[in-house]
Amino acid sequence: MYTVNFDIEKCLCCETQACLTRCQHLEIDKETAQKEILKIARGEDSFVLHDCVTCYACEEYCPMGNHPFYLIVERQEAFNLPPMPRPLIRRAVNLGVPFRGKPEIEEVHGPVLNMAAFSELMGLIQGRLFEGITVISNDGRKMFHYFCQLMYLHYARSSVIKERLPGIIDTISRHKPTEVICFHDECYGTYTSYCPSVGIEVPFKPIHFYEFLYRRLTELKDTIRPVNVKIAYQRPCSSRLSPDKHHFVQDIFGLAGAVCVEREYVDENALCCAGAIQGQRRAGSRRRAAEIQKKNVKDMKKAGAQVCIFNCPACFQTLGPLVANEGIKPMHMSDLCRLAIGEKPMGWR
Amino acid sequence: MDPIYQALVDIAGEEYVSNQPEELYIYSFDLGTAEPCRPHYVASPKTTKHIQEIVRLANKESIPVVPLGGGLSLAGLAVPLKGGIILDLKRMDTIIEVNEKARYAVLECGVSQGQFTSYLEKHHPHLTHSEPGAPPAATIAGNVAIHGQGDLAQPYGFNSDLVNGLEVVLPTGELCCFGSIAIGAGWFTNHPLPDIGLFLGWSGTTGIITKVSIRLFPAKRIRGIGTFVLEHEDLVPEVIFKLTHTQMAEDIVAYSSAIPPFASELQQITVNISADSEKELEFKQEIIWDDTLGEYISRGDGGYVGFSRTLERPQFSKTSDYKKGGGFEYVGSIMPIDRYPECYRKGREISERHGIPYTVTGRCVGAGHCMMFAWTYAFNRADPESIKQAREALHETDDLVLELGGVIWKPGTYGQKLLLDRLDPGARELMRKIKKLLDPNGIMNPGNWEVA
Amino acid sequence: MPFADFKYADLIHRCFRCGYCKFPVHWEDVNNCPPYARFRMESYSCGGRLWLTRAWLNDQIDWTEHLAEILYSCTTCKNCVVKCPLRFNVDIVNMIVAARGEMVEAGKVPPAVKRFLENIELYGNPYGESKDKRGQWVDGTRVERYHGQEYLYYVGCTGSYDARAQQAARTLATVMIRAGVSFGILGTEENCDGNEVHKLGESGLFEMLAENNIKQFKGIGIQKIVTFSPHAYNVIKNSYNQYGGSFEVFHYTQILQGLIEERKINNLMSFNAKVAFHDPCFLGRWNEEYEAPRAILRAVKEVELIEMDKNRDGALCCGGGGGNFQIDLLGGSENSPARRRVREAHEAGANILAVACPKCLVMLNDAVKSEELGDKLAVMDISEIVAKGCGI
Repeated sequence: MYTVNFDIEKCLCCETQACLTRCQHLEIDKETAQKEILKIARGEDSFVLHDCVTCYACEEYCPMGNHPFYLIVERQEAFNLPPMPRPLIRRAVNLGVPFRGKPEIEEVHGPVLNMAAFSELMGLIQGRLFEGITVISNDGRKMFHYFCQLMYLHYARSSVIKERLPGIIDTISRHKPTEVICFHDECYGTYTSYCPSVGIEVPFKPIHFYEFLYRRLTELKDTIRPVNVKIAYQRPCSSRLSPDKHHFVQDIFGLAGAVCVEREYVDENALCCAGAIQGQRRAGSRRRAAEIQKKNVKDMKKAGAQVCIFNCPACFQTLGPLVANEGIKPMHMSDLCRLAIGEKPMGWR
Repeated sequence: MDPIYQALVDIAGEEYVSNQPEELYIYSFDLGTAEPCRPHYVASPKTTKHIQEIVRLANKESIPVVPLGGGLSLAGLAVPLKGGIILDLKRMDTIIEVNEKARYAVLECGVSQGQFTSYLEKHHPHLTHSEPGAPPAATIAGNVAIHGQGDLAQPYGFNSDLVNGLEVVLPTGELCCFGSIAIGAGWFTNHPLPDIGLFLGWSGTTGIITKVSIRLFPAKRIRGIGTFVLEHEDLVPEVIFKLTHTQMAEDIVAYSSAIPPFASELQQITVNISADSEKELEFKQEIIWDDTLGEYISRGDGGYVGFSRTLERPQFSKTSDYKKGGGFEYVGSIMPIDRYPECYRKGREISERHGIPYTVTGRCVGAGHCMMFAWTYAFNRADPESIKQAREALHETDDLVLELGGVIWKPGTYGQKLLLDRLDPGARELMRKIKKLLDPNGIMNPGNWEVA
Repeated sequence: MPFADFKYADLIHRCFRCGYCKFPVHWEDVNNCPPYARFRMESYSCGGRLWLTRAWLNDQIDWTEHLAEILYSCTTCKNCVVKCPLRFNVDIVNMIVAARGEMVEAGKVPPAVKRFLENIELYGNPYGESKDKRGQWVDGTRVERYHGQEYLYYVGCTGSYDARAQQAARTLATVMIRAGVSFGILGTEENCDGNEVHKLGESGLFEMLAENNIKQFKGIGIQKIVTFSPHAYNVIKNSYNQYGGSFEVFHYTQILQGLIEERKINNLMSFNAKVAFHDPCFLGRWNEEYEAPRAILRAVKEVELIEMDKNRDGALCCGGGGGNFQIDLLGGSENSPARRRVREAHEAGANILAVACPKCLVMLNDAVKSEELGDKLAVMDISEIVAKGCGI
């Protein structure tokens, strides 16, 4: 049985309790933070379990690598305190059920780009940057065989993740990849952060999508013409699981000649898209989410952003229309890279 | 040379009349499970005068006439059960008038939903009509004639309630009009003159609608759709009742389907909301999601999925491809909303018994006055057994509608018989008299609503 | 042939005849399927055609010339592919072409189709004209035969033989010479590209044409090809590679756009006109090139570029594709797609209807005459507009 590898001793030694004191959504002082995290560690109820909005940030804030967020989710499930109402949980759990047959597995013995649950976004991986790369999960009917499941952290359903994930990993492994470039940031977080934390083995080497993009841009450096746009970056919740790769954002912007605007909600202070907050059970969630989104977009606008770069398609779907409404163009990072090398992204006029 | 064929050619023009096997083949089919019946001729008239002349010819020759709009009723209503002349009315597709101030439009009978939606969006963006879920090739007049309902059904009622007037060719060839236009006062109102109910819901057996005036409504700047999910079907009626009380919503539709899995065994309720400003939108959203549905959310019984600002119009349906077979048909009913839970449960049962993934939908009509509840059965057109299963499921469902206390909507001949058998004797006799009076030679779409 | 052997036996029944395919992208009317627009009978709609084809292949209905005409009335414009919301949409035109192949195989095609294919086989062009006449359009120009220049200028049958299209082919050559483009032609050695032959279902003849052309092109070292017609552009770019022909293929508007960007064509003189651009199907919907022609028009001073409601992937086909330019199953009526299209351009306020395809040029030019709009609307090839702007 997989359980989160959480060490209470680390919390006892911790001097900051940053996991909770830095929480952007709960006002918690240091003393309260220490009390509550220890309660959670010991398997007791805590108001944190009720009020957590599942933004993932504490995974990054924890200086001990002790996985406070994964633990919170496990406790929520154990106490039957899911942040979401039951129908939304059921809907989400059913969403990940593959129902159109099994995928065709071809052994690659080379690097693959895994589109996971985003087979419908093949338009974002076209052009020279992606020449020669084998894509897996390119069929929308079979994509849930490649779905990393980590989304269920928002639903207090670690059990579903643990039940399905070994099968997903097995499907990917049967392609015999040398490297698995993860199109979706959350997949990368699953295989490099979540799996080790609960003891699920990952027999392939995950590569962060932005690391891949940066590598390719560097190889095509001679063809780059600076894009010269002012950019805001929408950091997704899952990016908190791989803070060591976050620098690639700036690295890519630098290569592409994009200027990152100076704004308040960046890096560790970034705001999530609130897509998972608006439907939560806690009273006022819809409005809470709307306020977070408004704050975020206003911040981009105030800083003079012309473009908002998205990492995650779910953030794009949630925040994209809102940024566009403010005259800021929503764009995926791979499209920015294509522009930088003189290509026209798919579907653009 | 066949004299009837020649007479039709003299009326409508050689290119718009056919007695060739290819046209007879195509026009013999409904897109659902109804058995095909071959017409003798197909004619595509351009004017009301053409229709009048054809109808007079049909009376003279005692040959049936079957009017055809979009052909998307999926109930076999334009299958020529006794042969005759199919009148394909889609060439009469002129948008005659849009009156912005009085908010109505006058259309020829062949104007399609898609054409009209596009026209309004381009020329009258502040106006909209109640668009049904049928494909955009469906005609406005055809939909009105079968008492269709659109995405403004919740505030405003059936599409047939939204008619200001009709121009009709009677089965004996005379031309009549109804509503204020009948006294030359324009097309702005149906009332208070004697009503035009003789031509709506009659499956084309009492005359051919050649023009229709329909009411239009304000189209606001922001039009979007929000989704709410419930686990238990028993909660659907009370949620719809509360939503209609707010008077903040437009279309309210509850649905559940086996495919895709995320919709399975859950009740999704979509709520259309429109607004001219962010302030108005937020106000309506607060009333609907927070104040009215908040209790379900905090109890964990209901979930707010989100609100999308893109309302897809015309609406898309991929139901026909569920069985990768190019076919589906549904039983539509007009049902009290409190029957939703049983409609859902029994519908699932019938579907599962016939090996068809279940799909059920309930659209609220009026202020919760009733709903259009539909059970959809997909089939594979290349598999006769699949068609048979769907047909059996449909007939069982027709029986179920009456069992549950509803009325079959736009029934095919099977459902018509069930209704006629139950009909008040006085009403049935009146129907017989009306048909006899209007259509003494029995040429109008015979085989439908035949009162013994 | 047993139905099960038909290549699309598992797909053709999936059409529901919902009618989306009759509409353009923005739903303006039900007249965007050219044969349905012409005849307005369900048998001529895309769905009707598929149902009839299935019925014929299943022996439910017999072959008749009328059935063959219904099948051959499709101009392969791909509006149905764009509009059909179901997953098999990508194969709709393929199904029509495959069904035509069955008719060809059975020797049961309309007489005009039979004549078309015979002329190609005997004369290398559908006009039945002598090969010697193919290169006559260059008379009086400085156009050279290909002898290793950068580009082969592939003119095609319509540009070589039709009087009106020849004018545009000549004009394009003159513009390219003026701009210093290095190109040559095949002249009388040029043969039909085979796009229409392929769409008419004669796969054997198409294969022969493609292989011969590829052998010829490779034999003289051709690597880059600029085509006058989008039909040639489409087939050489997308189908010749199956037979070992891999070339860099451009439609001429893409070359002209580049020349304007590089200022090799510049200072285009003002030319006061309201121009609507008609997207040719084989450049637009088939190859998703909508912008190069527009970029050229925008570069001409004082040209006001008007968009018809039905533009880009919503354009109404002129009715000339799928062999119909010669076979002419859609002409002879005010409902013919070409006549509808010129009425659209006129109603949009254009006084010039710009085209980038020789078939569209001739079809729409004839339609203007039929509509008696000759004093209000002129049909011009993009090359002719550029030439006028250059003072040629």
